[in-house]
Amino acid sequence: MSGGPATGHAVIDKSEIETLIQGLWKSGYTVVGPTIAQSAIVIDEIKSAADLPIGWTDLQEGGSYRLKKRDDQAYFGYAVGPHSWKKYLFPARLTLYTIKKNAAELEIIAPDPAPRYAFLGVRGCDLRAIEVQDRTFLQGAYVDPHYKARREQALVIAVNCAQAASTCFCTSMGTGPRARGGYDLALTEFADRFLVEVGSERGQGVLASLASRPAVQADLVLADNQARATAESMTRTLDVSDMPGLFYENLDHPRWDQVAERCLSCTNCTMVCPTCFCHSVDDVPDLAGETSQRVRVWDSCFNPEFSHVAGGNTRPQIRERYRQWLTHKLASWVDQFGVSGCVGCGRCITWCPVGIDLTEETAAIRGRLEA
Amino acid sequence: MIQPLPIIAEPSKPRKPRPRLGVFKFASCDGCQLSLLDCEDQLLDVAEKVEIAFFREATRRPLEGTFDVALVEGSISNSEQEAAIRDVRARSRFLVCLGACASHGGIQALRNQSKSEELIRIVYADPSTIELLDQSHPASAYVPVDLELPGCPINKDQLIEVLAWTLAGARPMIHRHALCLECKRRGLVCVLVARGEPCLGPATSTGCGAICMSYDRPCFGCYGPAEKPNASALAARLAELGAAPDAIRRLFQTFYATAPDFQKASRIHDGTRV
Ligand code: SF4
Ligand code: SF4
Ligand code: SF4
Ligand code: SF4
Repeated sequence: MSGGPATGHAVIDKSEIETLIQGLWKSGYTVVGPTIAQSAIVIDEIKSAADLPIGWTDLQEGGSYRLKKRDDQAYFGYAVGPHSWKKYLFPARLTLYTIKKNAAELEIIAPDPAPRYAFLGVRGCDLRAIEVQDRTFLQGAYVDPHYKARREQALVIAVNCAQAASTCFCTSMGTGPRARGGYDLALTEFADRFLVEVGSERGQGVLASLASRPAVQADLVLADNQARATAESMTRTLDVSDMPGLFYENLDHPRWDQVAERCLSCTNCTMVCPTCFCHSVDDVPDLAGETSQRVRVWDSCFNPEFSHVAGGNTRPQIRERYRQWLTHKLASWVDQFGVSGCVGCGRCITWCPVGIDLTEETAAIRGRLEA
Repeated sequence: MIQPLPIIAEPSKPRKPRPRLGVFKFASCDGCQLSLLDCEDQLLDVAEKVEIAFFREATRRPLEGTFDVALVEGSISNSEQEAAIRDVRARSRFLVCLGACASHGGIQALRNQSKSEELIRIVYADPSTIELLDQSHPASAYVPVDLELPGCPINKDQLIEVLAWTLAGARPMIHRHALCLECKRRGLVCVLVARGEPCLGPATSTGCGAICMSYDRPCFGCYGPAEKPNASALAARLAELGAAPDAIRRLFQTFYATAPDFQKASRIHDGTRV
């Protein structure tokens, strides 16, 4: 009941977000979070609370995204946008090293050290997405040192979603709308204050630098109610029962041909997906023939070149490429990494130029199986 | 610490004759050739690495001898050019087409859809001085081509890349995937999804570096079709977003009018003709 202090929790005034941002910069973090650019809420460097999309929200549906003014001054009153945190942990273009031809040797020049990021406003689905990418880049014999350096240093401040977009389906994937671990601090936004949950010692240290007061039981109840209301407002669902079998048994389903008629093979879904990790490596020599950069760039199974091999292309048609994407996300990912490759963020639905919806495609495939 | 690798081949052998570069113009606006002059900082490196043996925009040297690399700009529009492209091919080891004209006939290939005599009569005061093939053709219609660089005009960075790789004895890697991939790598917000703009990026080849989107504008296809695009599905989507049939036809029928994928996309509506 109200009155008793809630351990691991605190309450801060909204104005403390500014203190938080300034403090993080002062402690050497590069603070990145939501901000408005080019008609959308993107993730970029945040210099002050004024950079946040305060009072804005988004309207999302398949193939469409629009900004809209809210009738309140919410700091985090929107869902996820086109960018995800992989922009920083797994940059779209990264020079791995530069090779220089000296008189007697080839010199290998290491890249600049990885920046130390503070992520502000990480949603439940995206926290899971980071964990999913951890399995790709940090587990097993081949650990990616670039991802590792960024990931280990990153401070993660989560935000519990107070509203879902029509494209969200985190409840189906068990990833949201409430942050379920993997953060240093988690914020729940109320009209005049934030409830702060501490997730790590580092988070505790950050909280200590803010003017806070103890949370009471009523704050926790309010946060629970908010999470429940958000979950109940979610309109999209994805049935992930009988994965990976569903797709493995339907590799010749006629639906793949139908979706291939609409799919542009444009790669947008894989670019915006917070778990897609495919990349290729280009060598960029200079004209003088003295230095060459080895550059890693995001790539995609929708790029025909990506499946070029000696003697042909393993996925020559869009049908096979779309099937690869969906089968990898929802089925073979489970075999490969022990989790689904989809966290239910809905980005691939919104940012598909033709509005192809993986929940609809999966339902169609399932329909035939049950018939 | 990363240890230095021992060098395998001695770098400084006695200086060999530099590879000979020729730049040739056919029916075109000169924009692609100018990309070479536009390389400014790197132009001196180019001149250091290759002998610019023929380049009307830059030197008075006459056309003679053979070329290690021939850069060809422009389409083949008359019989004189037909003979000239065969001559360039015979003189050259590696022939690179620069831009939409040389690879697809260019903007002037819009005339391919009409009768040349009619157009000549409308445009020129004295048609008797004009000699034209009935269509504007790509170089590849007459001679084998080693590489085609897309664009109207080309991207000078891609040109430098082609020269750097060719000089190093490797085959240049010119990507032909959808522009969207580059647009997203740059972190740009999709103008089609966020504003409903008719962007051709999903069907257009990469190469420009997503310039238009970085200025909040949609792509108008000046790098031609991507590898295996689904341009017709894009055209259908643009129609859903409210683009008029004529606007869609024009979008797909400007820079790469002869590309079959763009032709097909331009015809998705009944009542319009290419
Ligand atoms: S597949 Fe789509 S909904 Fe799932 S995580 Fe990727 S972008 Fe989000
Ligand atoms: S869905 Fe495609 S781009 Fe994404 S991780 Fe799988 S193969 Fe790579
Ligand atoms: S599903 Fe949509 S976003 Fe993905 S490649 Fe196809 S058209 Fe592009
Ligand atoms: S703006 Fe154009 S090029 Fe960029 S992702 Fe959207 S459709 Fe593709």
